[in-house]
Amino acid sequence: MSHQRQVGVPRWIYAPAAVGVALVLLPLAAMVSRVAWGDFLDLVTSESALTALSLSLRTSAVSTVLCVLLGVPMAVVLARTRFPGQGVVRSLVLLPLVLPPVVGGIALLYTFGRRGLLGSELDALGIQVAFSTTAVVLAQTFVSLPFLVVSLEGALRSAGQRYEVVAASLGAAPTTVFRRVTLPLVLPGLVSGAVLAFARALGEFGATITFAGNLQGTTQTLPLYIYNLRVTDPDAAVAMSLVLVVVAVVVIGLARPERSTR
Amino acid sequence: MLELRAGVDERGVDVDLDVGAGETVALLGPNGAGKSTVLAVAAGLLRPDRGQVTLDGRVLTDDAGWVAPHHRHVALLAQDPLLFPHLTVLDNVAFGPRSAGASRSAARDAAGHWLREVGVVDLADRRPSQLSGGQAQRVAVARALAAEPQLLLLDEPMAALDVAVTPALRQTLRRVLADRTVVLVTHDVLDALLLADRVVVLEGGVVVESGPSAEVLARPRSAFAARIAGLNMLAGTWRDGAVQAADLVVHGLTTDPVPEEGDDVVAVFRPSAVSVFREAPGGSPRNSLPVTVTDLEPHGDQVRVRAGDLAAEVTLLAAAELDLTPGVRVTFSVKANEVAVYRT
Repeated sequence: MSHQRQVGVPRWIYAPAAVGVALVLLPLAAMVSRVAWGDFLDLVTSESALTALSLSLRTSAVSTVLCVLLGVPMAVVLARTRFPGQGVVRSLVLLPLVLPPVVGGIALLYTFGRRGLLGSELDALGIQVAFSTTAVVLAQTFVSLPFLVVSLEGALRSAGQRYEVVAASLGAAPTTVFRRVTLPLVLPGLVSGAVLAFARALGEFGATITFAGNLQGTTQTLPLYIYNLRVTDPDAAVAMSLVLVVVAVVVIGLARPERSTR
Repeated sequence: MLELRAGVDERGVDVDLDVGAGETVALLGPNGAGKSTVLAVAAGLLRPDRGQVTLDGRVLTDDAGWVAPHHRHVALLAQDPLLFPHLTVLDNVAFGPRSAGASRSAARDAAGHWLREVGVVDLADRRPSQLSGGQAQRVAVARALAAEPQLLLLDEPMAALDVAVTPALRQTLRRVLADRTVVLVTHDVLDALLLADRVVVLEGGVVVESGPSAEVLARPRSAFAARIAGLNMLAGTWRDGAVQAADLVVHGLTTDPVPEEGDDVVAVFRPSAVSVFREAPGGSPRNSLPVTVTDLEPHGDQVRVRAGDLAAEVTLLAAAELDLTPGVRVTFSVKANEVAVYRT
């Protein structure tokens, strides 16, 4: 890859940029410096740690699948159709991006909780959502869905409709066009959106603790586990945090958009 | 056979276009004349405010009905080949037959046939990114034909290609388009002559001229057709045995039907028939047109001298001797027997 600098950047700009990088990296370095390497393996493989990690991975995987199943149609409708009030719908759908997760948790509680909007109906069917693993998945889906929708809608818009027009003129029905042209063309955007959604689900804390609680084995995901340990066993908290950092770094590596575009 | 009548108010288009079964019609016109709108209406990508589109007796668009693009059997081929980047060449061409319900092997057989037909069957296993522009456009032609369309819409299919590959592709198109119903948008006079049976000129959203290609290009009635045919044209009124065009008077040879006093007529002459003088020459058989040079461009071993809509061709030596530069006032002189005058 050849690098060509067209126009130089002002020298002073390196200073605030470096401060910004330090702000992100310094806390990570500080944390790594406190890791008790001698006990590290024991700490991260303790039974409760593995339970939390496994719960986190399983719920995040299910939320990611839900995000794909619901988010792909949402992105397609937002990017490819026009209807009155579309701008408002788009803004509202993206609300969880900016909403404090704890507020999302409260909203979910008043929707699916026993005395919530749908709670009594669900109760009558014998379904209890709040404070269950289902609630964890719902909370994670709630906060991660916009990541997938935003990423995929962008990919759909930049791909444009020209290939879809050609496909239709060759006789392909809308479902065929979607399956054989639209989806393959935006696959990179879909993958990076799904990876981002997975990462967001893995890190989810506020909505989960509010809506799903903090029950070991059922709703205590890794971030909640770390939050508990932080007082009782700081060494274990640091060790598990490092595990999350490593997972996050791997995810960012996977999701980084391709540098070259065809 | 295509019958298209469409009014699209937003784009100021009101077009009436018929294309016979097996006929290729070249749609000419300046940018913004409505050519793309006509294609979009025929393909079902744009719903006109009023009008009707029928193809082989089947109503595709009217006030009540609307046939979706994928049910029209109208294939679109644009300037950009737009091959699906994730499919091989063979699967690109097989896309139409597959969408029509053919089995995978039948679709691939059909794709192979059409790839052979356009001369690129050896590229079947390649990805679109591994093709040159000319190869990609050939594949796109095969893909459009494999869909077995009743109407083929070509939107400047060779505009984006290297000039070195266009003649061969034009020959291929000439062969595969014969006996098909085709609307071809082009800016190229060769496309119109070699590929089209008939030329339709659009200007300002309406059809201003229509006729057999050779005839329209030899005897244009619209300014655009004259320009594309490389001819000078002055439009005016027939008065006292001459064409009165604004402040110019042009004498020429009339052809049947002979114009009558007050008729709208055009005077048409070739740039090579025009001589350029710094001072107005004497002698009556010549038309003298005082003009201001707007542009000079090389044209073979000649120099094309443009003055607004008119052009003259002089030798390099003459251009130098006359000291021609934009802004210079000169006289364009053309013999009356070099000027064709006819009614519009």
